[in-house]
Amino acid sequence: MSLVLQGIRLSYPDGDQRRTVLDDVSLTVEPGELAAVTGPSGSGKSSLLAVAGLLLRQDAGRVLLGGTDATDLKPAQRTTMRRERIGFVFQQANLLPSLTATDQLLAAAHLAGRRPDSARERAAELLGELGLAEVAGQRPHQLSGGQRQRVGIARALMNEPAVLLVDEPTSALDRTRGQAVIDLLAEVTRRRAVATVLVSHDLASLAAVDRVLDLRDGVLSELVSGQRR
Amino acid sequence: MFIALRDLRFARGRFALMGAVVALITLLVVLLAGLTSGLARESVSGVRDLPATTAFAFGTPAAGQQLNVADSRVDADQVRRWAGQHGVAEANPLGIAPARLRIGGQEVAVTAFGAEPGSGIAPPSLADGRIVASTALTDKYRDGRAELGGLSYSVTPAATAVSFSHTPVVWLPLADWRKLDAARGGYASVIALNADSGADLAAGDAAARTVTKSGSAALSAVGSYQAENGSLTLIQVLLFAVSALVIGAFFTVWTVQRAPDLAVLKAIGASNGYLVRDALTQAIVVLLAGGIAGAGVATGLGVLAAQAVPFQVDVTTTLVPLALMVAVGVLGAAIAVRRITSVDAINALGAAR
Repeated sequence: MSLVLQGIRLSYPDGDQRRTVLDDVSLTVEPGELAAVTGPSGSGKSSLLAVAGLLLRQDAGRVLLGGTDATDLKPAQRTTMRRERIGFVFQQANLLPSLTATDQLLAAAHLAGRRPDSARERAAELLGELGLAEVAGQRPHQLSGGQRQRVGIARALMNEPAVLLVDEPTSALDRTRGQAVIDLLAEVTRRRAVATVLVSHDLASLAAVDRVLDLRDGVLSELVSGQRR
Repeated sequence: MFIALRDLRFARGRFALMGAVVALITLLVVLLAGLTSGLARESVSGVRDLPATTAFAFGTPAAGQQLNVADSRVDADQVRRWAGQHGVAEANPLGIAPARLRIGGQEVAVTAFGAEPGSGIAPPSLADGRIVASTALTDKYRDGRAELGGLSYSVTPAATAVSFSHTPVVWLPLADWRKLDAARGGYASVIALNADSGADLAAGDAAARTVTKSGSAALSAVGSYQAENGSLTLIQVLLFAVSALVIGAFFTVWTVQRAPDLAVLKAIGASNGYLVRDALTQAIVVLLAGGIAGAGVATGLGVLAAQAVPFQVDVTTTLVPLALMVAVGVLGAAIAVRRITSVDAINALGAAR
């Protein structure tokens, strides 16, 4: 199931006027494809992710998730769609301090109403797959930055999303660990056939992505295409 | 409850502190409730627990005066008029006056209740030459004889430790009570009415020139009761308000501290309803744990205190205050956790955390 953004416009109030942050942005990401969006600070990368993730309602344009038009959905329906079709990986993992690595994943499953036994099984499988089996019972403050980010990725994949939205996942990591996280994202994108949009300012670590797009002054343009294939 | 219970375990120090505050407030509330009820029993149980009585008809107070049992006087004509009222099954004259009882070689302050022997309100064993005394007296003085108003009586114990104005009640025949209260004159103090719901009490008052009150309004005519009960109830109400504010303040701070986590949960699909229910579960767990601990300790202390001071331990002084504590605490928490709905999921993006 693909992610399609069509003619997205978004502006924010700026004094007496409005500042355009996304100007007629269109983007299609197919299942199994990892698209990276780069651009300078304040170029609208996070806003693009927020619109795609149904956290922010655009002024104009359409958002289609797996063929479903999410443009006119009510807030509760947008919440449901986030829960069932979208996985978020945040800048600093954003794990809940009171939960162990396993519980981070089970919390996502609990929100989606999954049965506890099958959820526990899937959590163990995902943590094992991402090399986190040894730290399954540890809380965020007991994990390294790279482990935290991998737990964040596992949490995002827990409910088998169609779309993975990744916000600056390497900003809190050194180059080696950052590269490892991008490679892992590329791998899970391909293996689990999710449509992944990755926002990053770090062009050097994007060798493993399929496409690189540049967002500048609200305008999105293709920088590199078919990189991995 | 998934996250709520794990948060409780993770931040157990903070929640234990809050639970301790709830326990201490509940302890105070339950102790006060027991004391209020105990004092009320000593103050008005003589009239509150009167059989065959639904209301009291008082003599009309003088202009500018409030209704007061001590000042009320009714005459035989008023009793006769009430007895003839439609819907009134019984109209029994009742005399109430402070007195000194000589029993067991001691002089004891009592409240003398005068009633017609054999009437609906009189203890069954009341008869000429015999008084019926509160068990608070008969348990202590077992002579079987006493003097009241210069007359000698045989003493029979009442069914319970019945009191009025913090003195034990002694029932005596109404004719003897009139002699005891001769200085004030009058036939009786009030008329104890046993009326059905269809009785026109206003018409009865107009015909008999009385003022009829039932329930708590009638008890308010007992001077000491109104003052005591009013003050102690006010303290309890203030404690409930403090409890709601403290719980509300705690959960306000807790919610503000959790705002970044709440944004993440909302971003990954948690609804406002889910998060509010989760937070309220935490509040209920803290309130129940603290409340039950506080009420338990207070009940134990109350049982000990009841041997020395007027203190009543029953459902209304233990479980009811506990339930009220939990209810007002949940209300305070509910107001506090409403701000969960204003947390924006978009804050989960970027480097806001």
